[in-house]
Amino acid sequence: MAHDIAPPSVSGDGLLGSVAVVTGAARGVGAATAAWLHSRGVKLVVEDLRPEVHHLAEQSDDVVAVQGDVAEEQTAVRATQMAVERFGRLDILVNNAGRTLNKPFPDTTLQDWDDLMAVNVRGAFLHAREAFKVMQIRGQGAIVNVGSYTCTVGLPQGSAYSASKGALAQLTKVIALEGGAHGIRANIVAPGVIETDMLDNIRDDSRDYLRSFASAHPIGRIAQPEEIAEVIGFLASKRSSFMTGAVVAVDGGFTAA
Amino acid sequence: MTGRLEGKVALITGATGGIGTATAEMFVREGAQVMLTDTSTEAQYALSDRLRDEGATVSATTLDVSSAQDWTDAVERVDQIFGRLDVLVNVAGIVYWEGIEDTDESSWDRVIAVNQTGTWLGMRAAMPHLRASGNASVINTSSILGLIGSGGAAAYHASKGAVRLLTKTAAVEYATAGVRVNSVHPGVIATPMIQTILDEEGEQQADIVRTPMRRAGRPDEISPVMVFLASDESSFITGAEIVVDGGLTAH
Repeated sequence: MAHDIAPPSVSGDGLLGSVAVVTGAARGVGAATAAWLHSRGVKLVVEDLRPEVHHLAEQSDDVVAVQGDVAEEQTAVRATQMAVERFGRLDILVNNAGRTLNKPFPDTTLQDWDDLMAVNVRGAFLHAREAFKVMQIRGQGAIVNVGSYTCTVGLPQGSAYSASKGALAQLTKVIALEGGAHGIRANIVAPGVIETDMLDNIRDDSRDYLRSFASAHPIGRIAQPEEIAEVIGFLASKRSSFMTGAVVAVDGGFTAA
Repeated sequence: MTGRLEGKVALITGATGGIGTATAEMFVREGAQVMLTDTSTEAQYALSDRLRDEGATVSATTLDVSSAQDWTDAVERVDQIFGRLDVLVNVAGIVYWEGIEDTDESSWDRVIAVNQTGTWLGMRAAMPHLRASGNASVINTSSILGLIGSGGAAAYHASKGAVRLLTKTAAVEYATAGVRVNSVHPGVIATPMIQTILDEEGEQQADIVRTPMRRAGRPDEISPVMVFLASDESSFITGAEIVVDGGLTAH
């Protein structure tokens, strides 16, 4: 016999001293995730379109900011390069940047479709591709994509959004399949409705509007960003070392019912 | 440093198996108090003694999960010894590898009784205490064979698919009662249950070859998932299927 079928374990969560890129880090789930990782000793490249992303970097030598459009190839290249140049490695990528759109299907314009796909899918693809290339060299890495319950079920008036999240789920699986031999894991979190400021610029009653979806979740409430950050952190860490290609529903039972 | 499961009392079935033991060890390391159960007359008691020597607060009892009376007795013992129950981890399971025509009725019935009925009986017996906890978690061990067909082990597939759906309805039923219910779907994990196959075929075992990570998982790669689901870190996760298979079902 004498096969080492399953190699010896690495203790702990493996986060201390590791390096992560987090997109859409200026607010919401991205900000909560950046804070969670930082508190576990992870060095960060935080990326966002918004200038607020620089505030995060001002608070610590272990955080550097990239301001840019997640959908642009150069942003992905720059963020990945920053991790390697500033911190010497890249262990974790959290593809969190995303937009939503609520519009009846027949009214959805070409621009609507393209914009959603560019941010939600193309941006994630570009960042994952760049990260994969770096992770492949060291033979290790974890990619965590932030999806939605619409990874697996449809949202009325959310055609472009749902299609983008479904695409992200399938992309995640292929990254996992190809990454397996290189020590690169990829998983996607599929959250329910989350209480963030994502709709603050779109409607005055944004928080009440989000909370009105509580009853659609069997658990009877919507999620807090920190509850999603916990799952992202788990999937980024060695605690999930045999998980890859998984769609992890964090939705208070939404898709169970 | 406070453990992730500090203050929680857990009951683990099948605690002497590969996944059960790894789960018990990690649970006590994270500060849980644990009732270790299995069908043996010795093994879970020996495990309990070992963990207690290492400083854990544990007890053990004999529990055939297919017996409603055994469940009633086990939960009562938990109440007497620990005074509460916050986490139920259903790990106990058996497998026969026969397919549709080669399975006889007694084998079928036994697999269903342990894997499927045992999971329901456990939730039924434990639920009053779990509800009283106010912040409880049930983790039911299904399998990737509760998601895909292998062409063998007919009763096992049926039972693990049942565990998957039983979990979802329980999650919906108790979602506002403070009890989360989730299923874990391990892929190929190097445990005694499949040791004969691993010994014979090693890394050429068909499912390991098809696993993108190209190896079997270790029991201590399932136990952190159990800890995660038992703890408040997973506070918005209920009714979910957590697949831990090295990517096997991703293609």
